[in-house]
Amino acid sequence: MSEQTSDLPQRVQDLLREHDPATTEPSEFLGARFDAGLAWVHFPPGLGGLALARGRQQEVDDLLAAAGAPTPDYGRNSIGLGMTAPTLVAFGTEQLQRRFLRPIFTCTEIWCQLFSEPGAGSDLAAVSTRAVRDGDDWVVDGQKVWTSAAHNAQYAILLARTDTSVPKHAGLTYFVVDMSDPGVQVRPLRQITGEAEFNEVFLTGVRVPDQHRIGDVGQGWKVATTTLNNERVAIGAGNDREAGQIGKVTQRWRQEPAVRTPGHHAELMQWWVETEVTRLAGERLRQQLQAGQPGPESSAMKLAFAHQAQQVSGFALELDPEEGLLYDDWTMVRPDSASFLGRGPGFRYLRAKGNSIEGGTSEIMRNVIAERVLGLPPEHRPDKGIAFKDVPR
Amino acid sequence: MTDLLYSDVEESLRASVRATLQRSMNDALVARLADEPAMDVSGIWLTLTQQLGLAGLLVPEALGGAGAGAREAAVVLEELGRSLAPVPFLTSAVIATTALLSAGDEQYLPRLAAGEATAALVLPWTARSGAWTPVEGTIEPVAGVLEADLFLAPVMGQGDVLCLRCYRRDEVALEPVIALDMSRPLARVQLTGPGTQLASGREAQEAVDAGLAAGAALLAAEQLGLAQWCLETVLAYVKERVQFARPIGSFQAIKHRLADLYLVIVNAQAASRYAAATLAAGDPDAEVAQAVAQSWCSDAAVRAAEEALQLHGGIGMTWEHPIHLRLKRAKADQLALGTPDRHRSDLADLVELPAS
Repeated sequence: MSEQTSDLPQRVQDLLREHDPATTEPSEFLGARFDAGLAWVHFPPGLGGLALARGRQQEVDDLLAAAGAPTPDYGRNSIGLGMTAPTLVAFGTEQLQRRFLRPIFTCTEIWCQLFSEPGAGSDLAAVSTRAVRDGDDWVVDGQKVWTSAAHNAQYAILLARTDTSVPKHAGLTYFVVDMSDPGVQVRPLRQITGEAEFNEVFLTGVRVPDQHRIGDVGQGWKVATTTLNNERVAIGAGNDREAGQIGKVTQRWRQEPAVRTPGHHAELMQWWVETEVTRLAGERLRQQLQAGQPGPESSAMKLAFAHQAQQVSGFALELDPEEGLLYDDWTMVRPDSASFLGRGPGFRYLRAKGNSIEGGTSEIMRNVIAERVLGLPPEHRPDKGIAFKDVPR
Repeated sequence: MTDLLYSDVEESLRASVRATLQRSMNDALVARLADEPAMDVSGIWLTLTQQLGLAGLLVPEALGGAGAGAREAAVVLEELGRSLAPVPFLTSAVIATTALLSAGDEQYLPRLAAGEATAALVLPWTARSGAWTPVEGTIEPVAGVLEADLFLAPVMGQGDVLCLRCYRRDEVALEPVIALDMSRPLARVQLTGPGTQLASGREAQEAVDAGLAAGAALLAAEQLGLAQWCLETVLAYVKERVQFARPIGSFQAIKHRLADLYLVIVNAQAASRYAAATLAAGDPDAEVAQAVAQSWCSDAAVRAAEEALQLHGGIGMTWEHPIHLRLKRAKADQLALGTPDRHRSDLADLVELPAS
């Protein structure tokens, strides 16, 4: 063990001594944690990390949790924390890393992701939002959709087309967009739950400095793949036993004998087992990934999570049929923080329908597993090798 | 959190077991067992014992064994599950050995560790920890007995005290039965001699439960190995089999089924590793882990074999293709040492989710 790794607990103790979590304002504490290299220990020194193995983070998190330290708000800034940060570390310039990583971790700047478009959801590489070079800037025009947190976000990661004369994957470039730019318009998109958790985002003549480009021109797909693999890890990550939808159901089962029937019991135990084995598989994947970047295997966890969340949340409505017929509130709100588990069982059932769509549909996840993990032959793709401008759309 | 990966030592053990099995046997030999149940296959076990010391893997070094743990035994079982080797590792080196260890035996274990004798627990192959009754009259179907030298049976002794007794081969009557899975032959057993006492009362109960619990926890590894063989075999097939001028593995209907199967097997691997790891560590969560692993891995192996059969088309239904051997073992394994449904019942008690 190197000197640097062995003093990890000491570093945590120093942080706690210098910044008492009980009296320090959360964003200030998180800033100090970032400066101490304890935000993401596998990140480079000076950028919130100590260049340690990814798996050492758990030690830090456990010690800080035991001390009652504040944690970053994943509900409000999941894109920034889960996707922008690892992408910046992998591909961003040092200037971008120094500018953005700290406020991402302290959640003083919220991020959203300008990826999906009305015509490019599952076929994400088909995005048609254009970015055209103009001096030191790029000028962006297009429309994005399913943008969660856009109404709260200060910054966005953007995938845009910079060259239509090459095949679709080769003509993309990845940028950071300032959401306060006058050309950015955010409109709520009301969903099945009644809430407007997502938005449509219209980009009209938005000027993005070339310094806000992540990765090389034309390399956007490679950068986006890193983002997406991290997204799938973030979405699929389980944690404690009986967390998530199964926890809501087991809690109820123990508290209300009236909901217990033999058929429900058999089903409950099936879901309990499936959730538990997926949790263990997620844990095993994390142990495998401790040294490296997430790979396509993370798609399996995302797929499993979506399946269970949908099935278990549907089962929860059947436990109390009279209650299942009711709904808590259809008022349109634009929530500050995304939650699959908040509110009543009806909300949880409806919200879970998105789990097999957002972050890549379950069908796409299966293709990813089949082709990139199992090595099966690719689908027939008529747009392969054809310039984007010549692909029928 | 428990380490769910494989160590370098375990991977090296795996490589040795796999290489030895590849030299000693093949699928054709397993298929012949249905037609020639009396065929002598004891040479395979002899090789594994003499070359790799597998018979004494779980036996402490002081008693002549390798002093390894459940994690290593699980790796061996993954390889045995892949190859369907007709050897008594699970019945003798895991279940009977664990029962003997729990009973504090020092008489028989050195012989087992040296490969000089094999032992079997005389209970129906469906028994599971906490759910079995003492042996009386004729017991069937029992696994691992036909070639065994020692027979461990829980019986009711005088004063209605449970005893675990050891019977020699001349103290039992054995009659083979035709099994769904002839790669793990089953028999009808009757105790005819007096046997010798190994343990009584609570110790006897605990010894049998320990043997069955280890068997269930590690059967999951056999099921995992079998499922992985099925996935690898069917993947190779769908990449090469051409219909409609394309490899059938390029059709989305087939890709999605295999992606789902992959997910089932990834989960099985995690569940199996967790069961072995908690068993090895004496972790308080071991019972939950075992019930979860048996509930999941039993069905996973059956699903893998059934999917592999279907995606092979007609050839998958034939005697000449090795898939039917895996299907038979998978289905038999699902019923062995407690069905998934019964393990879920046990689990419900363990995690306090009562049925009513």
